[in-house]
Amino acid sequence: MTEPTLHEVKVPRIRQWEPWFFVGPSLLLLLAVGLYPTVFVAYFSFHNWTMGMGPPVFNGFDNYIETLTSSDFISSILRTFLFLIVTLPIELCLGLSIALALDQTRNAWLRRLVQILLVVPIATTPSVVGMLVQLMFNTQLGVVNYGLHVLGIAPIDWLGNAHAALGMVMMTQIWEWTPFVALVLSASLATVPQDIEEAITLETESFWARFRYIKLPFLRPGLVASIVFQTIFTIKTFDMIYSVEKGGPGDATQMIALHIERIAFRGFDVGLASAESVLTLIVTIVLAQTVVSFLYKDEV
Amino acid sequence: MTKHKLLSLGHGLFLGFIALIIIFPFYWMIASSLKTENQIFQLPPVWLFKPHFASYAAAIVNDNILRALLNSLIVTVGAVALGIAVGAPAAYGLARYTFRGSSQIQFWYVTNWMLIPVVVLIPFYLLAANLRMIDNPIVLILIYQTFVVPVVVWLLVDQFRAVPIALEEAALLDGMSKFGIFLRITLPLTVPGITVAAILAGIFAWNDLLYAFILTPGTDARTAPTVMMSYLGGYIIPWGRVMASAVMITGPVVVGGIAINKYIARGLTLGAVK
Repeated sequence: MTEPTLHEVKVPRIRQWEPWFFVGPSLLLLLAVGLYPTVFVAYFSFHNWTMGMGPPVFNGFDNYIETLTSSDFISSILRTFLFLIVTLPIELCLGLSIALALDQTRNAWLRRLVQILLVVPIATTPSVVGMLVQLMFNTQLGVVNYGLHVLGIAPIDWLGNAHAALGMVMMTQIWEWTPFVALVLSASLATVPQDIEEAITLETESFWARFRYIKLPFLRPGLVASIVFQTIFTIKTFDMIYSVEKGGPGDATQMIALHIERIAFRGFDVGLASAESVLTLIVTIVLAQTVVSFLYKDEV
Repeated sequence: MTKHKLLSLGHGLFLGFIALIIIFPFYWMIASSLKTENQIFQLPPVWLFKPHFASYAAAIVNDNILRALLNSLIVTVGAVALGIAVGAPAAYGLARYTFRGSSQIQFWYVTNWMLIPVVVLIPFYLLAANLRMIDNPIVLILIYQTFVVPVVVWLLVDQFRAVPIALEEAALLDGMSKFGIFLRITLPLTVPGITVAAILAGIFAWNDLLYAFILTPGTDARTAPTVMMSYLGGYIIPWGRVMASAVMITGPVVVGGIAINKYIARGLTLGAVK
């Protein structure tokens, strides 16, 4: 038996152009503001050029060699990853707890309140957060050390001590982004069908069993999305940390984006900053491409 | 019964604690903006005080914060308007047509969303400096498209798909052009979705510090988040004024964020989370 086949309908030429009429302007704009600068960065990365110091001179892979052997660049990368591997698990655990708490039926108005409040840290201007951190974590007169004093803990030199400063920006990052994880996981929990939930509630009292066998499978896409996007957001992090101490004290909180900014706009070494940009870009694109395809596999 | 009450109490305490952690820095910001310079650093903290609005007046007079807010508003509205003008048709094209490369194009928007800002900043700065366009809001409006367009496109594709195709076919039979259908039939039906996309993209545009303090650093051109950085230069930080400015800067975005709180997760993950 032969399968019935549909004859391909010949689409007139004019119809083929129609989608480009709609999509084209945005593509041209993004090519201009996104891709074109990226190409330029790649070009500069093979040149020795300091802003305001004569024309760029081709120097092959010198910038890349300098970058990869510079302890400053490597330590910024490592610091960014340390920042990520400390904050991300805490954000996931705390975010999941909040999402599960919001999924309960008790304390309805409090749940609604928290749901709305979760948006606040995400929406708040990061540079304002940075200034607020400086005020609240002031060593002698800040409210955080006052709180520690009430608990009988000696004051911590948050802004002056390198380890304390890194801890401080980590806590701030967790404050800013745990709500995002909570909201994403909350949305995933909302996809658990009502009847399945009711059925399992009749079946078992055990919270763990209900979580492990019913909720977790529905949470998986949300967890993946949280990890992926939080990784991206962390690599992009600039505003909050910059407005706390511009990466200081010393280079204690200098993440990769701050490092590149410093080389480019305070050291004016465009060539070197471009090489670092290209390397960072490659890491992010590889990361993005590997995850995007399966993250959106239901789409398109 | 008692076990139920205990669970309820624990649940309430946990959520109450979370609410407190979120709110406290905000309380501190608003309270500090209404305290005198002495009261701000008084320990133990003064919880009850007579609100004093001198910091707001000082921020307006000394720091020209209103000008910065106006600059932010111009840049934000401009960036969102441009992003929707090109992004909404793009979303419509992707929603209504399947063509060679359409899915690759849709993912390419995501790649832009993941772009590290500092990477595009360097050549953009050099270009703007060459064209003598530093301190020109148009530069910011253009560079913000790297994140405005992806948000608008991804949020609107689903919106357009949800509009029944029968409506468009009826209009087509009436002789309306494809673009006319998009503009007069489909677009008006998705105004709520466009509003959400506009607010979300607007929050990011308003909050940006990195692009703004490099590309529009001038006193008359700087945007509101840049003003925050200007306080760091001085010997003594005038905390009352800083916090008064902070309240004025965050007010609009917090209100905007709360207005679209149901869509934040979906928006930030570009639709990966339903």
